[in-house]
Amino acid sequence: MWQLLYENLEQTVAVILFGIGFSILLLQRNLIRKIIGLNIMDTAIYLFLASMGYIHGQKAPIVVDGITSTVAYINPVPAGLVLTGIVVSVSFTGIMLALTIRLYRRYHTLDIDEIALLARGEDA
Amino acid sequence: MSKRRSDWESRPQARIRKWYREGFLALDNEIIDHLTRTTPQPPYTEDRLVAQQEEMASRQHERTLALERLDQHNVLAWARTRGRKAISRFYVVLALALSALMIFFLLETVALMPRFGDPATPGANIVSERYITKGLEETGAVNIVAGMILDYRAFDTLGESTVLFIAASAVLILLRIDRNKDGSPVQELIAAESDDRHYEPRNDRILQGSAMILTPIILLYGIYIILNGHLSPGGGFSGGAIISAGLILYLSAFGFEKAGRFFTNKTFTWVSFFSLMFYALAKAYSFYCGANGIPSGIPLGTPGAILSSGLIMPLNIAVGMVVACTMYIFYALFRKGGL
Amino acid sequence: MTFIRVALLGMLVVCALAVSMTRNLLTSLIVYMAYSLIMAVIWMFLESPDLAITEAAVGAGITSVLLFVTLKKIHAIKGDSEHEQAPK
Repeated sequence: MWQLLYENLEQTVAVILFGIGFSILLLQRNLIRKIIGLNIMDTAIYLFLASMGYIHGQKAPIVVDGITSTVAYINPVPAGLVLTGIVVSVSFTGIMLALTIRLYRRYHTLDIDEIALLARGEDA
Repeated sequence: MSKRRSDWESRPQARIRKWYREGFLALDNEIIDHLTRTTPQPPYTEDRLVAQQEEMASRQHERTLALERLDQHNVLAWARTRGRKAISRFYVVLALALSALMIFFLLETVALMPRFGDPATPGANIVSERYITKGLEETGAVNIVAGMILDYRAFDTLGESTVLFIAASAVLILLRIDRNKDGSPVQELIAAESDDRHYEPRNDRILQGSAMILTPIILLYGIYIILNGHLSPGGGFSGGAIISAGLILYLSAFGFEKAGRFFTNKTFTWVSFFSLMFYALAKAYSFYCGANGIPSGIPLGTPGAILSSGLIMPLNIAVGMVVACTMYIFYALFRKGGL
Repeated sequence: MTFIRVALLGMLVVCALAVSMTRNLLTSLIVYMAYSLIMAVIWMFLESPDLAITEAAVGAGITSVLLFVTLKKIHAIKGDSEHEQAPK
């Protein structure tokens, strides 16, 4: 199994990064850390996708000298998907940070537990 | 004599000597002195003294009350903490175990995936073959990825631009601080503005100097990347992000007043609206033609020329404008809640 | 070539761990910026220059700037660990 994992090193690292991001999301109480963890999970998925499209010895999908054959270029589909993903991830990061600022303005803390406590106190 | 002295002090050698004599801390001391210098108090009068004494007494009383409350709270909290600590430790262990378990199962899957870089991977199927072999001929774009995301999968990209626009609108709702009806700033806006530059000087020489040189270069580079999107790596998204980075640099160097000369809320609304509208109309036209088998009449040009590949370059420009405006307005809203 | 690939991927993991380990918020942000730049280089290795250019501009540029502005808004940029402590 270790040999197989070493051969698929990009995907192995992507999975490990996904796990790290997930544990940051679970363990950190700071909202900004949580947002960074979510971004790390995102990039892990992108790394996984992009490594699926790579083919040894073939070049980036930009036509050179009019050669259009599948043995010359790598798979362009994952690149397009990841490009979409990066832009969507930056927009949701923006929204989450805006929500964080609003929460801070109201409760003066970034700690998710404290915010939950204070919000419960407000309800009562 | 005094004039000569001040002349002498303004000369560089003198300043260096002074700096040498007083050590590194001279400047720091000067700043601290400037910051801690208090305004002179008006002379004390009788009732002022009395009021002060009363205030002191009431403060003392409040403090003792608060301390008592804290004592009670601490006693209560101590009873609670033990259980809470155990629970939080259990939670940490559980979370780590969950992550490790997830990594383990996913690694098992990765070991069974097709080999990295294998030409016979199932991902390289008929779809990617079509994009590579027919892409240049059908879209006219040398960069196959650009041809893919702006021609074959243009609907996807329209959705993505819409996501960006909606995100900008959501941030606008969350962080916008409005002005009064007569244009005068409300209390909140004044607070935000004074808060905005609390820790920094109003005009930073180094930042402004480097921004003067860098901003045009960054903007030019972004425009180059957008216009060359169908010929080389890049395109609307990356070019738009670079342009917005240049604008953000200008904004943070010269402030909102100067940036407001060319970028206002109205600019954002109209540029985003027209770009998205143009995108939607252009793609609707080409989808309509494609679905009904009518030749669209848009020349593809010679591959490799700057004016080639039909609609891809205008679409790249539209996407780039949406992205640049959105990122810039994100920054402006985060800084002080509006332009 | 293999060595560079392994080293870059190892740095990714180290950066991701460092984000969660550091005490200071500002440090973890800067580490996240480094993470994004390493990711851009890895995309050049994976023959996807489109992604590399986008990641360098968006991930290391815009996202980090937004995070920095947020930190400034919540007054945590001076390195005070006031927001890091456990709730009492």
